Amino acid sequence: MKILAILISGLLFCSAIFPKQDDELAKSIQRGKMVYSENCISCHMGTGEGVTATFPPLAKSDYLMKTPENAIRAIKFGLIGKVKVNDVDYDNMMPNPGLGNDEVADVMNYIMNSWGNSSEKKMISPKEVEEVKEKK
Amino acid sequence: MNKNIPLLKKCLPVALGGLLLVSSVAMMSNSGPGSSVNAPKFAESDFKVDTVATGLTMPWASALLPNGDLLVTERGGKLRLVKDGKLDPQEISGIPTVYYKGQGGLLDIALHPDYTKNGWIYISYSSPKKEGEEGDDDGANTGLMRAKLKDHALVEIQQLFKALPNVKANVHFGGRIVFDKKGYVFLSLGERGQKENSQNLSRDQGKVVRLHEDGKIPNDNPFVKTEGARPEIWTYGHRNPQGMIINPATGVIWEHEHGPQGGDELNIIEKGKNYGWPKITFGIDYDNSIISKDTAMTGMEQPVVYWKPSIAPCGVTFLTGDKFKDWKGDLLVGSLKFMYIQHLTVKGNKVTNREIIFDKIGRVRDVRQGWDGNVYVVLENSGKVVRLSPKS
Repeated sequence: MKILAILISGLLFCSAIFPKQDDELAKSIQRGKMVYSENCISCHMGTGEGVTATFPPLAKSDYLMKTPENAIRAIKFGLIGKVKVNDVDYDNMMPNPGLGNDEVADVMNYIMNSWGNSSEKKMISPKEVEEVKEKK
Repeated sequence: MNKNIPLLKKCLPVALGGLLLVSSVAMMSNSGPGSSVNAPKFAESDFKVDTVATGLTMPWASALLPNGDLLVTERGGKLRLVKDGKLDPQEISGIPTVYYKGQGGLLDIALHPDYTKNGWIYISYSSPKKEGEEGDDDGANTGLMRAKLKDHALVEIQQLFKALPNVKANVHFGGRIVFDKKGYVFLSLGERGQKENSQNLSRDQGKVVRLHEDGKIPNDNPFVKTEGARPEIWTYGHRNPQGMIINPATGVIWEHEHGPQGGDELNIIEKGKNYGWPKITFGIDYDNSIISKDTAMTGMEQPVVYWKPSIAPCGVTFLTGDKFKDWKGDLLVGSLKFMYIQHLTVKGNKVTNREIIFDKIGRVRDVRQGWDGNVYVVLENSGKVVRLSPKS
């Protein structure tokens, strides 16, 4: 009974809080789609599958979904050298696309919520992007 | 099994000989009269490979100076000097502010054909919108300048041309510079992510332009008398041309461009012609949508070849000089995507064969033969310039 009460109050709480965040996430995803189609699509492809052994996939990508911080770093600063994505080795280069922190957050929200990926309603904020530093 | 080996040994030369004969006959019929079966062949292994520069950040193009020094553009906006195989830590001053975003930045560099006499260096770059210029606020488009090198500075800087309007987009700047040795300079321009404007003669997007070497517009350009058209336009209907070279033997200009998915093209550039983007294309869009169902239309040029899948061609050169043997007169094209070079066998204005050489060499940004007869390859990912010299 107690558990049920907690669950119900929890649900009530969530339904009061989340719509706003959902709405913001949806808007960010929409903006991110535009960023993606301009900066990312020609290598990572329209459905995020990439080009096997040439450009890593984003759809169902362990690199992206398990370590979003690494993905943010790659988008923010570019990525050179070897990475392993879904057990396939990649050794190409992603040039720094020169996006603002807001655009990086938007495109992250888009790619983490497309092609079967889900961030489970968690949203990347420009502030989180700002905090990611370049690895020297 | 062991018994078969002597037999194999016996048969192999005969089989190989037969194969050689057949292929030689096939090649003879391909290349027409005059070619000899015994003509010396050139191969990838006949190149000596030397790294001539390291430590560059996103290099885009190189130019070999008469004294053997190398000038290299870095997309971030720096012009660098490589002396005796070492990158000079001091950058060359005088590069204007560039729009360094997406695919934009400092782009191509080319020496005037009479560089030893006049010292002119031509440079293209993504130029941010200046006050009073047409187009989007915070936008940019490709500019062309020339200057002379004095120690570590560009001097006598002249802004020759700016593609208009400015567009707020991070993609498709084109940027290759070619001289025809008749007093004209050609610059390739991308459509800046607005495909329809490649067909619009009132805008510079998706065009190759032709200028006098001082930036003035020649009065015999094809659209000088066309109302509403920009007089600098030489050809149109391009997407993102990032390779352009003049055939030193024939004077014909060849261009390659990044197409949509499966539609990268190699074209021969001729006055006033329409290369069809986006009305005709062999590719589909990157979101898998159909751009056009047509691959051909009257009044539009067909590519010499197209690449499916796309290789993201970037940088092209003709091989000249007898050291290249049967490759003399052929093209080398760099691939950003697959990190190799393609050798294209050229017969007249046709390509008869394509083969991959230097697989995994790196993200090739620029390929060009220097005055010394060697080929300089700019590798974006490793920040290197590599020299391919034919072993004699």
